[in-house]
Amino acid sequence: MEKLIDIRGVRHTFRTRTGLLPVLDGLDVAVDEGGFTAVVGPSGCGKSTLTRLIAGLLIPDEGEVNVHGERITGPRSNVGMAFQNPVLLEWRTILRNVLLPLEIVPTKLPRKEQEARARRLLSLVGLEGFEDKRPSELSGGMRQRASLCRALIHQPEVLILDEPFGALDAFTREDLWQTMHEVKRQEPFTGVLITHDLREAIFLADRVVVLSGRPARTQYVLEVPDTGPRDLDHLYTAEAAEMLNLLRHQIEIAQGRAPAETSAEAPAPPPGAAARGMH
Amino acid sequence: MTETTTAPTPVTRPEEIARPSLGRRVAGALGSRAVLAPIIATLVLIAFWEALVWINGWPNYVMASPSDLVPAYARYWELFLVMGWQTLWRTVLGLVLAVVVGVGLGMIMGFSRTMRDALYPLLVGFNAIPKATVVPIVALMFVGAHDFNTVLIAFMISFFPIAVSVSIGLSTLEPEYRDILRSLGASQSTIFWKIALPKTLPEFFGALKVAVTLAFIGTNLMEIVSPHGRGLGALFDSGKTNSDYPLMFAVLIALAFLGILLYYIVIVLEKIFAGWAERSPT
Repeated sequence: MEKLIDIRGVRHTFRTRTGLLPVLDGLDVAVDEGGFTAVVGPSGCGKSTLTRLIAGLLIPDEGEVNVHGERITGPRSNVGMAFQNPVLLEWRTILRNVLLPLEIVPTKLPRKEQEARARRLLSLVGLEGFEDKRPSELSGGMRQRASLCRALIHQPEVLILDEPFGALDAFTREDLWQTMHEVKRQEPFTGVLITHDLREAIFLADRVVVLSGRPARTQYVLEVPDTGPRDLDHLYTAEAAEMLNLLRHQIEIAQGRAPAETSAEAPAPPPGAAARGMH
Repeated sequence: MTETTTAPTPVTRPEEIARPSLGRRVAGALGSRAVLAPIIATLVLIAFWEALVWINGWPNYVMASPSDLVPAYARYWELFLVMGWQTLWRTVLGLVLAVVVGVGLGMIMGFSRTMRDALYPLLVGFNAIPKATVVPIVALMFVGAHDFNTVLIAFMISFFPIAVSVSIGLSTLEPEYRDILRSLGASQSTIFWKIALPKTLPEFFGALKVAVTLAFIGTNLMEIVSPHGRGLGALFDSGKTNSDYPLMFAVLIALAFLGILLYYIVIVLEKIFAGWAERSPT
């Protein structure tokens, strides 16, 4: 598969009041076309900075970010974003919230078909009948579903999800994981998911990138076998347990709680999972 | 509530969610309780006032009673209409100026941290000066320009809360809102019109309610202080010089009435433009 997103050797430093704060140092992330890559790492390691790089909201000091082989130099209209905070516009109905990107991105779609597409997306995530409600009338999980539709309405090349399910309760979150698989089946996209949840990472993604502590570099990449729609039972198999153990160990190394040398003694990757260290 | 992918349970029953038309919503807000409660409260207050004066046996130069006001209104009704109108238009003009300048300042301070740091202390200092002390200065600076002076004071006293609320509304916009639009290639002005401005409206109207009453204070300060003034303030002053105490009280009540009138106009505007911010009670 062709690499849609190719981030190579990115370094970036923030200038803050207290001085220079290196956030990224040696970041390499590749996402295949149609693939779904999860990025995990310790808190505050620069995961959100990564999303801003892909969206073109931030240009790195060094290294390059390529989408479709083209170097990113500023915001492009072909990304969709969803955050932990669904940031819906309270004064608009759900339908008009979903349509927002089409008011900015040039589109040839006539108004009627735009609406039809928005309604189709809403029903795909289970929000049929809520098109004319205000965001304040919806629960947290439903708002996040609407936010997802807004991120997909303009058929972006890349869907960037920055901890979208982080603020939801466990059951709602698992519901939404399944919704994500359903959406991906019907509305194929290339996705980057920032998350703290290792189970979420291996359930949704086909590749998991572990970042080191700040400044973040790519520490470990896990290829998840068995991509495509799966159900929650998959999280309770021996293979899943092994992958989770492996990832947890990598996170401990990233947090500095386990010495990096011991990575050789880390549990062997599950059969079929191709794992490669990036030291 | 439980969530399933296929059949989400509605948060509220559909008939509760159904949004009535704007007219019906306004009518609903003015419905029985919203109208009756303040009327009853006003009547109770008038009765209490009347009783207080009557029980204490106060002459009307100590405190006029509501029943003294009726003859005052009957005698001077033409003056009340003319003067009331003068007070009203000057207050409204001052308010309009306050909105224009206040929103402008608020935008400057909301978008630029440097400007906020630079202007805030100046604004606070300016607002801390009692406007009663500014009135004679302004009256001397522009002698004879009575309308101008009055509008100026009404404006000066009321733009501050508007500027502060707009700047806070804009500067507290969550960065995700900006990112969503910027990542699509939206310009700064698109972000302002589509998100920043509507999101700030509830704060703006909150400030406008404060500004309305402040503007009346400003108008009247000038009308009372400047010689040969016009408006209700001047009518109050003539009541004072003629020892017509019921007239003075009548002017105060007329001012309160105008204040309430403008306040409710703001409420209606708020319902139209920022009604979405109101949460229906659950």
